[in-house]
Formats: sequence, C-alpha cells, structure tokens
Amino acid sequence: MVNNIYSKKVIEHFQNPHNYGKIKNANGIGEEGSLVCGDVMRLYIKVGKNEIIEDVSFETMGCAAAIASSSVMTDLIKGKTIKQALKINNNDVIKKLGSLPSVKIHCSLLAIDALRAAINDYLSKKTK
Amino acid sequence: MTRKSKKIYFDYAATTPVDPRVIKVMLPYLGKKFGNTMSIHSFGQDAKIALEKSREQVADLIGAKVNEIIFTSSATESNNLALKGVAFANKNKGKHIIISQIEHPCIIESSNWLEKQGFKITRLPVDKYGLVSPLDVKKAIRKDTILVSIMHANNEIGTIEPIEKIGKICRQKKVYFHTDAAQSFGKIPIDVNKMNIDLLAASSHKMYGPKGAACLFVREGVKIEPLLHGGGQEMGLRGSTVNVPAIVGFARACEICEKEMEKESRRLTKLGNKLIKNVLKIENSHLNGHPTKRLFNNANFWFSFIEGESLIIQLDLLGIAVSTGSACSSMKLEPSSVLLAIGLKPQEAHGSLRISLGRWTKEKDIDYFLKVLPKIIKKLREISPYGK
Repeated sequence: MVNNIYSKKVIEHFQNPHNYGKIKNANGIGEEGSLVCGDVMRLYIKVGKNEIIEDVSFETMGCAAAIASSSVMTDLIKGKTIKQALKINNNDVIKKLGSLPSVKIHCSLLAIDALRAAINDYLSKKTK
Repeated sequence: MTRKSKKIYFDYAATTPVDPRVIKVMLPYLGKKFGNTMSIHSFGQDAKIALEKSREQVADLIGAKVNEIIFTSSATESNNLALKGVAFANKNKGKHIIISQIEHPCIIESSNWLEKQGFKITRLPVDKYGLVSPLDVKKAIRKDTILVSIMHANNEIGTIEPIEKIGKICRQKKVYFHTDAAQSFGKIPIDVNKMNIDLLAASSHKMYGPKGAACLFVREGVKIEPLLHGGGQEMGLRGSTVNVPAIVGFARACEICEKEMEKESRRLTKLGNKLIKNVLKIENSHLNGHPTKRLFNNANFWFSFIEGESLIIQLDLLGIAVSTGSACSSMKLEPSSVLLAIGLKPQEAHGSLRISLGRWTKEKDIDYFLKVLPKIIKKLREISPYGK
C-alpha cells in the first residue's frame, strides 16, 4: 500500500516507531505542543556520564508525521552529547524522513522543541 | 474501485463508485448520441429527449414537477445558485438569510460572500446531537428574512434535521426554505410538497451516479436569478452546454435508488447498528451525532487520547478507507467546525473518525474493521502520552 501524502520513511517510522513509551530514571522531560492543536510530544532523556544521552523515549499524540518525527529524532540524539543534540535542527529530522508535506513541517519543529525542552529540564535540575 | 480487491471503502459520504447499471445507460451519450441539446437536428433532439426524460426521473424521486428541476454540475453549484440566486432576486424584499452552523462549506462560504455584499446572515447553533431547533428558526425569522437554508442530513455526523417542521414554519412565515440534501437524496424518502421545501440541492456522485451532475429543485414561482448567463439552457437558470451523459447517469442512479431504497436502508441500518454497537465497546470511544435521528449509512466516533489522521493512515495501510474531522488531515489545520458546533473540544474533534457505508459494503467488511480497529487504537494509545 503506497500512501501519496507521506514518504516511505515516514510510514516506516509511523508503523514501527523507535523508542516510544516511558523510560525509567529519566533525568530530563520535555513536553511541547498543545491538545487544542492535536499534537503533543513528550520526550524523556536519561543523561549520563560526560553529558551523553544514554537513553531516550517519546510519547506523542498526533498525526503520522508527528509520530515519525518523534521516532527519528530519538534515533538522532541517542548516544550523542547534549552539546551535539542541541545542534540538531528540524531539517535533520526532515532529511532522515526523506521528506515531509509542507503542511507537516511543524511536526518536525515540534520534535526539536520537545528535545530542547527536555535538555533544558535536565540542565535546570542539574544546577539546583 | 475494484470490489474484488481486498480494499474496503468506508467513505461513501465523500463519494461513491458509479453503479455499472448507470455506466451502461451513459455510454451511448458519450458516443453516438453526442448531440447538443440546443441543436434542432436529430443529434440535438436525441440529446434533448434524453435530457427531458432524465428530468422526469429526477423529479419523480422527490415528488417535484418536471419544470422544477434545474441540472447543474455539483451540489456546490446548486447550493451557490440557491443562496446567491434567491438573495439577488429578492433583495428588494429583504436581505436577511438564516443558515445553521453545521452547513456544508459551500453554504457557509456562499453566506460569507453574501455578507460581504451587504446581506445579513444568522447562523443558528445546534444541540449536542447536531440538531437545529425549529423554534430557533421561528424566532430568527424577521420581516426582512428572505431565505432559510438548513441541510437535510449532515455530511459529517449524519444527523437528520427536522426539515419538515422547519419547512412548515417557513411556509407560514412566507419565507423561502432551501435544503442541502446532498447526503440524504436517494437514501431516505424526500417529498418536497409534504416537507414544504422550496429549493433543494442534490448531487449524483453521492448516490452511485457520475461526478459532474447535480440538480437544484426550484419550486414553481420561486424568484431566483441565474449565476451562469448564457444560451438559455435550463429554463434560463443555468447557461452551459448540457452534460447529457452525466445527467442521464444521474437520472438512472435516481431510479435505482428509488427502487432499492427500502431494502438498502434496511440492510445498511442493520450493518450500521452492528458497527456502532461494537465500536462503542472500545474503551473511551464516543458516538458523534444523534443515536437514532441519523443517516443509516453514517457512523461518526471520537476516541480519547489519539489523533484521527494517524488512525486513518493506519487503517489505510490495511486497505480500509475512512475519514476524520481532525485538523491534521485538513489543509487548514483546523478541526471540523461541525464537531466543534456540537460541543466537542478541539482535542476531542482531533480524535474523530467517520465511517460511511454504501451499496457494496458487506458484513464481512464490518467484521474485519471491528477486528483491526481496537488493535490500532490500542497501539496509538501506547504511543500517546495520555493513553495509559
């Protein structure tokens, strides 16, 4: 079955998303989006030694593009340092997905926003 | 649509395949009988005879007179003609028009446009089932009201409006009553006289006829201006060379619907009830629209904690075609205004699913759908932050 709206990669990640659910011992949690808009993404990160993101997971309520963007983003940041993760932007997410329809670009931004929120949460807890 | 393939089409409210019996009667008019109805030679006259016979068949379905049927190209065109045509022909009498908040976009947008031209529009709210109150209509009618336009059955949630009562009120108040019957035409009985309808829009492609044919019933004596000025076709109300093959098909589709209406409505009511009963067994699932005053082929639900577009794509990947009122599936990124009008919160409207059944829906299709739907919802809820 071919879907004309989404790329093959989007459908792959949508059908079999990587790293979804909750992780234990997350030390950074970020949530972005709004229920009103129909897209909410929650990201859990476990940052370990040398500021490396050792584990990551997401929970997303949203369209296929939002779920696929979340999945790809978790792949992109797993094993990276916080500094490296902060350099990732939504174009990297889109590139990994092959493409996104123009009305769905905001889904890739949502993933990046959730990532930054999770990192901020981690950093703010650390300084306390 | 190939009925032999494993694909399941549950989007008959969007459009229907053309019945093979309809295609059969259309073919000669695409070939040998290609004439222009305005020509006086035999080619033209053959086409003209077919056109007028079609007009009889369509009129027959709703108890109209032959000269009260104007053929158009789409329900959108018919509704535009009804609103703008009546507005401009009666603007000296008044400039007030009443519609409901859950009309099809072609009525909403025509009204918005008329408002810019100086007409006054009242948009009546609906209750939680999507019903317009006849009393609200009565109260909203003013001295300068020229038209009330309330749809017969809603395209998203299938709610059937009390148009007979509304029509009666309009008749008493001497205000024209128009109804958009695109979803109900050919499915449930319509009698324009009994229901006090002055104008009615219907479309061929929602009832197993071809796209490109539709009609507007205009009661004798109703003052209306054309939108398309031209060669005088359709009693001067719609200039354009007549699309004879599509209209012949539309008329045949009407005949078939009329003949099979009772049987088909019984069959699909049974399937629809089975569908609704079993879908509601899924935790946190809700029916949109009225439990009984609904089109028998429509079922609209919303599911908590998930978003409708992802549900549709999952079903599509399994070969099942359905529809949603979620913003994520629309170009505007706004949730369905119909679902908001019946009181759903945006997040609830995002999780909506419309299933519409039709002539080729089989019980085994419903069974398959009922088998896969709970699994898909479960998976999407596992991914969702709220689903657990």
